[in-house]
Amino acid sequence: MTKLDGLFKFSQDALNLHAYRQQLIASNIANADTPGYRARDVDFASALKNAQAGQVRPQMPALQGAGEQAPPLGAELLYRSAVQRSVDGNTVDIDVERAQFAENAVRYEAQLMFMSSQIKSMLSAIQG
Amino acid sequence: MSLFNVFDVAGSALTAQSQRLNTVASNLANADSATSSTGQPYRAKHVVFSAQPIAAQDNAVGVRVTNIVEDASPGRQVHDPRHPLADDKGYVTMPNVNVIEEMVNMISASRSYQTNAELMNTAKTLLLKTLQIGQ
Repeated sequence: MTKLDGLFKFSQDALNLHAYRQQLIASNIANADTPGYRARDVDFASALKNAQAGQVRPQMPALQGAGEQAPPLGAELLYRSAVQRSVDGNTVDIDVERAQFAENAVRYEAQLMFMSSQIKSMLSAIQG
Repeated sequence: MSLFNVFDVAGSALTAQSQRLNTVASNLANADSATSSTGQPYRAKHVVFSAQPIAAQDNAVGVRVTNIVEDASPGRQVHDPRHPLADDKGYVTMPNVNVIEEMVNMISASRSYQTNAELMNTAKTLLLKTLQIGQ
């Protein structure tokens, strides 16, 4: 791995995790009216730590039975605990999910800007 | 690429919610249809949503209408002896459509539709910004 690869690895992992999380939250919002659906999410901080260490977390046994594959980048797929339970077993809280979706989108954009400025400083180091 | 899955997920939700809106429209339009092609009063219809995996390796879960069931509750009895469909006691069986329930369903479906359309817009913005890395 060259030094440039190492420099961008953090941003790359963070962006991939944000994108993965964005898609998980989109699934939660899409299934806000599906009976029995349980909202899912990842713990971003520990997932990023695992991705940096190159670890892949073991999968939850409950998910293996459902034929699902392990999430990428050492993320551990968890179920969100419901703030208000509904009668049909659905644990999606639409307000929480929308807030998380917006927050995650902003963090993704911020990470993009960090990466752009990293590239710019590397370019100025190369060109002098 | 995970962000592209947002389009599939939100798209499946848009389809499902518009199907739900369609059944609501059908129920409301036929709230007073005392007879139909089968000779029976119209019965309210409800959609059944179920979670549908879109990309197995990314745990993207969309939503799909798997079934449309007819409401089994008894029809409304209206006393109108002059109605051509009235029975010998003067009662007419009207559809079992609950108009209030349908209106609530309609608002819920349209709000969910809006939310999912917004998800798509956000995902699109993020993808376009990703294309501009380093520029």
